[in-house]
Amino acid sequence: MTPAPAATGTAIGMSGLTVRFTTRRSQTTALDNVSLDIEPGEFVTIVGPSGCGKSTLLKIVAGLVTPTSGEVSLLRRPVRGPQKEIGFVFQKAALLEWRGARANILLQAEMRGMDRTTAARRADELIEMTGLTGFEKALPHELSGGMQQRVALCRALLHSPPVLLMDEPFGALDALTREQMNAELHRIWRETGTTVVLVTHSIAEAVFLGTRVVVMSPRPGRIIRTFPVELPAHRDYAQVMSDPRFDRLATDLRGLLGSAAANH
Amino acid sequence: MTENSLDTAGRRAADQTGGARAAASGPESLAAPEAADSATSSTAVAPPPGGGRPPRPTLGRRAVVFADSLWRPALVLAVFFVAWWFVAAREYVPNYLVPTPGQVWETMTTQWSELARHTVVTLYETVLGFVLAAALGLVTAVAIAYSRTLDKALYPIVLFAQVIPKIAIAPLLVVWFGLGLTPKIILAVLIAFFPVVISGVAGLRSTDPELLDLAATMGAGPWRTFRKIRFPNALPHLMAGLKVAVTLAVVGAVVGEFVGASEGLGYVLLLANGNLDAPLLFADLILMSAIGIVLFVLVEIAEALLIPWHASRRAGVSLTTS
Ligand SMILES: Nc1ncnc2c1ncn2[C@@H]1O[C@H](COP(=O)(O)OP(=O)(O)O)[C@@H](O)[C@H]1O
Ligand SMILES: [Mg+2]
Repeated sequence: MTPAPAATGTAIGMSGLTVRFTTRRSQTTALDNVSLDIEPGEFVTIVGPSGCGKSTLLKIVAGLVTPTSGEVSLLRRPVRGPQKEIGFVFQKAALLEWRGARANILLQAEMRGMDRTTAARRADELIEMTGLTGFEKALPHELSGGMQQRVALCRALLHSPPVLLMDEPFGALDALTREQMNAELHRIWRETGTTVVLVTHSIAEAVFLGTRVVVMSPRPGRIIRTFPVELPAHRDYAQVMSDPRFDRLATDLRGLLGSAAANH
Repeated sequence: MTENSLDTAGRRAADQTGGARAAASGPESLAAPEAADSATSSTAVAPPPGGGRPPRPTLGRRAVVFADSLWRPALVLAVFFVAWWFVAAREYVPNYLVPTPGQVWETMTTQWSELARHTVVTLYETVLGFVLAAALGLVTAVAIAYSRTLDKALYPIVLFAQVIPKIAIAPLLVVWFGLGLTPKIILAVLIAFFPVVISGVAGLRSTDPELLDLAATMGAGPWRTFRKIRFPNALPHLMAGLKVAVTLAVVGAVVGEFVGASEGLGYVLLLANGNLDAPLLFADLILMSAIGIVLFVLVEIAEALLIPWHASRRAGVSLTTS
């Protein structure tokens, strides 16, 4: 497969995003003046201590949360209300427990009113690609955590979205499954050319997957630094882990995250 | 795609061993050839091959399961009948208070056509009351779950309708609507309504907020989200409420008949009481319970058909007849 041609202009534009949540008893500033431009085809990974507003940031891009101030654009259109041109994957697979794997993937098509035959063909392609073959009818509780997350990923990719948002998608998986999922996600990204924004707690995951790593400060969340990842576009898990450039970047990130937490 | 990537190599290895093997060892092994040997054990949660579902039980096997679930209550009932028969036959209690099972059986058979007519009346009131309560309750639950304003406006009314003693308003209903079926059906609705609303609201509110976020990014309107996500998600709660409601609907109908009626099992009960006709009274009680049990089982069957996915999850936790 050929990667999608690199379009010009930003896929996601954020400028001066500030979010304040006001509850009955208190006011929290979840994000403070966050600006970030993401090019089409980029794979941006976001790391930061928990509670620093990473989920909120993704939800703003998806149009599920309205920022207190600042501007967001998706595919060069301002974000107003929930966006349809995205695929979203959460930490929990969030599957419909009464539907089999394939039917769960096809929920995307039904909700969008997509053409049935096209959607079915695409679902079978994705099932094949993620190795879910043989489990099409299995209900979520009959699947392992890794397979549930594969179903969620297929569902997010069914309509071939130009932008994929992932909020700690592999956070609940064991280390081995997680590495496999990372390798698969990397391959899918390479093949589809989708713009991906992925939030993670794992430094290894952030470096292995990202073309750019964004580090955020503890609440109120600000972007401390962004690191370009100087690794080949096509990566192999074992090779990357033994690459000195991986080590250097991982050490830098660990230091930055550690000092950020200590200063808090 | 490059040939030396882990997963591609794994996929080719799996292809060579054939589809059956792939299905048996699970996708985990496709992405990790080095783990293929231990894949069957590492994917312990993985279902068996062939569609990933346990095989459907055969008819014979199901009959065995059914018999197995039945013998315990049957035994308890048998003990109860023997005790009853013993107490009544030895006249530890006078027969005009507790008749023997034989006397009740005789009454039941000799007056069967009369009893059947009254049973049908009560059954009709109960079913109609239950169906109306289910429909009204569901609509109310949807209104409450979807709108904060309606929640604030309706909840107090629903609660009021619940706490007001039904027996106390039964005479009023008879004054308003006469001796016909209407007051009985209204009472059945009033009494069966509450559990439907409460369970419906709980079910509709239990939807995973992330699923609702997801639905929003799928561009689906509220109706589609309701039909495909929120309503099916609420069904297990709702069915539990309907089971309570159907047994309460019988109570409502009978209370209505107590206050003023010329037919129905409640009416027969008062009559039998007045005549000190203990066998008829007992036969009547048995028929009332039978209505409740039969309707309850019907709702359970509907539940098993509507939400098999839910029943399969709590298999082995048998609280009821199924
Ligand atoms: N809907 C909300 N209402 C009030 N506070 C919220 C809401 N969503 C998030 N927050 C608060 O905003 C902060 C950032 O949350 P979140 O984006 O989930 O962080 P992260 O994903 O980085 O762990 C947290 O302190 C959280 O409590
Ligand atoms: Mg989060």
